[in-house]
Amino acid sequence: MKESRTLPTDYVSSPERTSSGRTLRTDEMILNMGPQHPSTHGVLRLELVVDGEIIVDVIPHIGYLHRCFEKHAEHMTNYQQVIPYADRMDYLSSMCNDWAYALAVEKLLKLEIPERVQYIRLIMAELQRIASHLIAVGTYAIDMGAFTPFLWCFRDRERILDLFEMTCGARLLYNYIWVGGVSHDLPPRFVEKAKDFCRDFRKTLKEVHDVLTYNEIFIKRTANVGVLPKDVAINYACSGPMLRGSGVDWDLRRDDPYGIYDRFEWAVQIGKGEAGTVGDCWDRYMVRMREMEESTKLIEQAVASIPEGNVQSAIPKRIRPEAGEVYVRSESPRGELGFYVISDGTASPYRVKARAPAFVNLSVLPEISRGAMVADLVAIAGSVDIVLGEVDR
Amino acid sequence: MEELLQSIIGESWILYVLLAAPPLVFILVYALVTVWTEMKVSAHMQDRLAYMYTGPHGVLQPLADILKLLQKEDTVPAAADKPLFIMAPYLVFIGTYAGFAALPFSSAYIGSDINLGAFYIIAVSSIVVVGLLMAGWASNNKWSIFGAMRSAAQIVSYEIPTALALLVAVMITGSLNLQDVIRFQEGGILNWVVFGGPLPVVQKLLLLPFTLTAFLIMFIAGVAEVNRTPFDLPEAESELVQGYNTEYSGMKFAIFYLAEYANMYLVSGVAACLFLGGWSSPFGDFMSGPLWGVFWIVVKGYFFVFLQIWIRWTLPRLRVDQLMYTSWKVLIPFLFACLFGVGLILVL
Repeated sequence: MKESRTLPTDYVSSPERTSSGRTLRTDEMILNMGPQHPSTHGVLRLELVVDGEIIVDVIPHIGYLHRCFEKHAEHMTNYQQVIPYADRMDYLSSMCNDWAYALAVEKLLKLEIPERVQYIRLIMAELQRIASHLIAVGTYAIDMGAFTPFLWCFRDRERILDLFEMTCGARLLYNYIWVGGVSHDLPPRFVEKAKDFCRDFRKTLKEVHDVLTYNEIFIKRTANVGVLPKDVAINYACSGPMLRGSGVDWDLRRDDPYGIYDRFEWAVQIGKGEAGTVGDCWDRYMVRMREMEESTKLIEQAVASIPEGNVQSAIPKRIRPEAGEVYVRSESPRGELGFYVISDGTASPYRVKARAPAFVNLSVLPEISRGAMVADLVAIAGSVDIVLGEVDR
Repeated sequence: MEELLQSIIGESWILYVLLAAPPLVFILVYALVTVWTEMKVSAHMQDRLAYMYTGPHGVLQPLADILKLLQKEDTVPAAADKPLFIMAPYLVFIGTYAGFAALPFSSAYIGSDINLGAFYIIAVSSIVVVGLLMAGWASNNKWSIFGAMRSAAQIVSYEIPTALALLVAVMITGSLNLQDVIRFQEGGILNWVVFGGPLPVVQKLLLLPFTLTAFLIMFIAGVAEVNRTPFDLPEAESELVQGYNTEYSGMKFAIFYLAEYANMYLVSGVAACLFLGGWSSPFGDFMSGPLWGVFWIVVKGYFFVFLQIWIRWTLPRLRVDQLMYTSWKVLIPFLFACLFGVGLILVL
């Protein structure tokens, strides 16, 4: 079993065999980053071509977490049964996935949604957005070598998960937002607890700003790194904080409204390039931080004015929408999450196609990381905020 | 202590073993305490509890960790360069441990009272680089070699500011022997080199900005030399998995960590000796003496170890080019200015 360490026959060592005289031959190195690597946020594999510490090219290899979501959806006996699978796509924002799928089927059914459900869904989606962004920001801090903000973020995310748990019993994959309503009504004391959370959460945000956002080293590591210009972002169909970080004022919650977002006071946050160039990693990070603040505002307003009422509309157990097709998009924490659903009039969907924002956002990674350093790649990949469950589905 | 032992045992190898043992005992005990401190300090900063089950507040957890590491299978990758792979952690530890020889622990005890003590520590701790390079190369892993190259570049770059800052203190005290450097500063907190040393008041005040800067830089460079955050690029977990020690497990891995913790104390101890009066009491004659000396140097050294832990759990990590920039374009020019200023003031 002894490994031989002899040089390969085509090894160029003698002067006459080098192409450029007696100079030392240097070469690009191919480096395999992942699927087991701390900074690929899951099972992404990046093939790096590096020249020393400089990245010449990045080739993402995906599919390690492929679970045939779309095929599964076709083989369910019921439209509602797809929802647990939608949960597992982007497992950090299950509520938003559920809602997006429910929206699509409800559009097929041309269903009116009870008022209380609209409020509950918005509160859940915004809590989920905060939870998801907290992970994005926290793991980003780890990517940059700062460990402490990560745990602060997780501490507050725990409180959101507690809220979810008291509502539907699950902490990660909720199966809560159903077609036509939600599975359970809000438990007693949910409203106060949500208010308490919003109040305390502002303090956490300030702490994270103090220790991370305006930290000189953090700014040095993220400002002017991985700059994604406006036009490139649009050409690659980036969405969510990726797109807004590049200064494009586009948020589906406002520009293609669904739910009841139009009733509340909130603002779309875009990157302004305060620390460096518009569209750098710091901007994308900052957009997420500011969106958490906006989500807090939304939750506070919604919780204060939530009406009483039913949480399920009267629909048959086995839904049979008329034959037809529909595309519905919504703003998940990672961007435009769309569901394209074709119905053939039977009880299960004929085809379900998900437009996953993380997958589309990931495609721009090679474009913005060429010429950066290996450490920058970690910063860039972290700022894209991919969830491999959604990339691979 | 050397004379005392010599008079009892006489000139034999036992004498040298006895003289060399105290730092090793110190390192082992200190490493256990520091592992625990590091966990507790970080947990306190992060709203966690850390070790709680093994003994009261988990004080026995470091011992349990060591037992676990001793039992672990000692794996060597099939493609590794075996002799180098096995040698590397010990070489790293030797580099650090050798430095302890010239580090005074009290007015009565120093491993080896050599004339060029400070210079010797700087020189001998460079062996660490060789060990790290060996570890990275022998692992036959691209991430490890990345880490090793980075650590070599980093330690070599940061040795220059360390040596220059050391020169500032040496210029004021006029000796490279750390015992002499400390004796020079005896007589209270105001006689410490960081406050200008025991010189006339005018000279002290003129020296103050230079000594403070040099001291600060000495500390920063020390943090960089032991590869701790924000300078922990060689083992940057999120980039290089674990850097040069990725492929190590069991006791070899533990020895890398032991060396890192020992090195943390070494740079802190040297800074304390040069700038903060080493084993001398901050209150003049009060609480001074050979045994109090041990207390004072450990307190001073440990204060900086604590600072390093504090910094580690607060700051993000620099990038390679920024790291080099900090050393060559910020720290070194400042130190040249310090050297020039101190020289000028001393001559006048």
